Amino acid sequence: MSKKISALFFIVVALLSNFVVSAQQGDSTSRKEPEMADLMRSNGKIYVVLAVALIILTGLILYVARLDRKISKLEKKV
Amino acid sequence: MLRKNWWKIVGIVLLVITFIEGFLGNVPRKPILHETIRNYYFHVVMWMSMMIFFIVSVTYSVKYLRSQKHAADIYAEEFAKTGIVFSLLGITTGSVWARYTWGAFWSNDPKQLGAAIAILIYLAYVVLRNSIPDIDKRARISAVYNIFAFAMLFPTIFIIPRLVESLHPGGMGNPVFNSQDVDPKMHLIFLLIAVPGWTLMGLWITSLRIRLRFLNEKKFGHE
Repeated sequence: MSKKISALFFIVVALLSNFVVSAQQGDSTSRKEPEMADLMRSNGKIYVVLAVALIILTGLILYVARLDRKISKLEKKV
Repeated sequence: MLRKNWWKIVGIVLLVITFIEGFLGNVPRKPILHETIRNYYFHVVMWMSMMIFFIVSVTYSVKYLRSQKHAADIYAEEFAKTGIVFSLLGITTGSVWARYTWGAFWSNDPKQLGAAIAILIYLAYVVLRNSIPDIDKRARISAVYNIFAFAMLFPTIFIIPRLVESLHPGGMGNPVFNSQDVDPKMHLIFLLIAVPGWTLMGLWITSLRIRLRFLNEKKFGHE
């Protein structure tokens, strides 16, 4: 089981490592590009949105996890 | 399997990575789409997960018809219901995306219409179930209906929209996910991280609903 998780972790790290390389390639192009939210991201504001989305995700997961525990308790009782 | 915890943790990790990649990952620069291509990890995934849940559901329906085991019927129903939730999320997020790229929440695009038809077919499955009071009759009739509903799912969502002109990618025989819209790395993240992540989350909720159903059955003395 831990082997599976470590394999998964490896895939994830391999995918994320791409990210840096492709970001550098993006900078070197000088031709006219469609307008993107580069400014917003360079100011770091996109991280705020990410933080908000992650908080919502955490909240939902905690809620479901609590429900899981409650049902487990009920299963032991019945 | 349902009560184990490790796959829930895997799902959570995958979802967190989906969100990080979805907001910060590098995406192709395209006019009209701009940053909305990031919806690939959210809107498109809803439909893929929905397909997985409906496939599992129809499998349990066939299992029920072969074995007449009441548990298989419960599994089929709960997976279908999760599939419906994902399809509703998919169609709502899709219409928001359409508003800001194609100009309208709903533009009677063949794929939109096909998806709406598929959702109505599956809603009819729930209505049909609830209209039959006898447990065995309900299980058998709805299992048969579920197979027919599944037979309509692929034509309405995937085949017909691809035969006609459509705003969605994939119309008129073009590939659905061509390399011009998303790069290969986005495919990888989509298939290896986003789809499994959201599907495991849906599976978790489904498993809770199934366990609740079994608790209820025990309490009221069936099975």
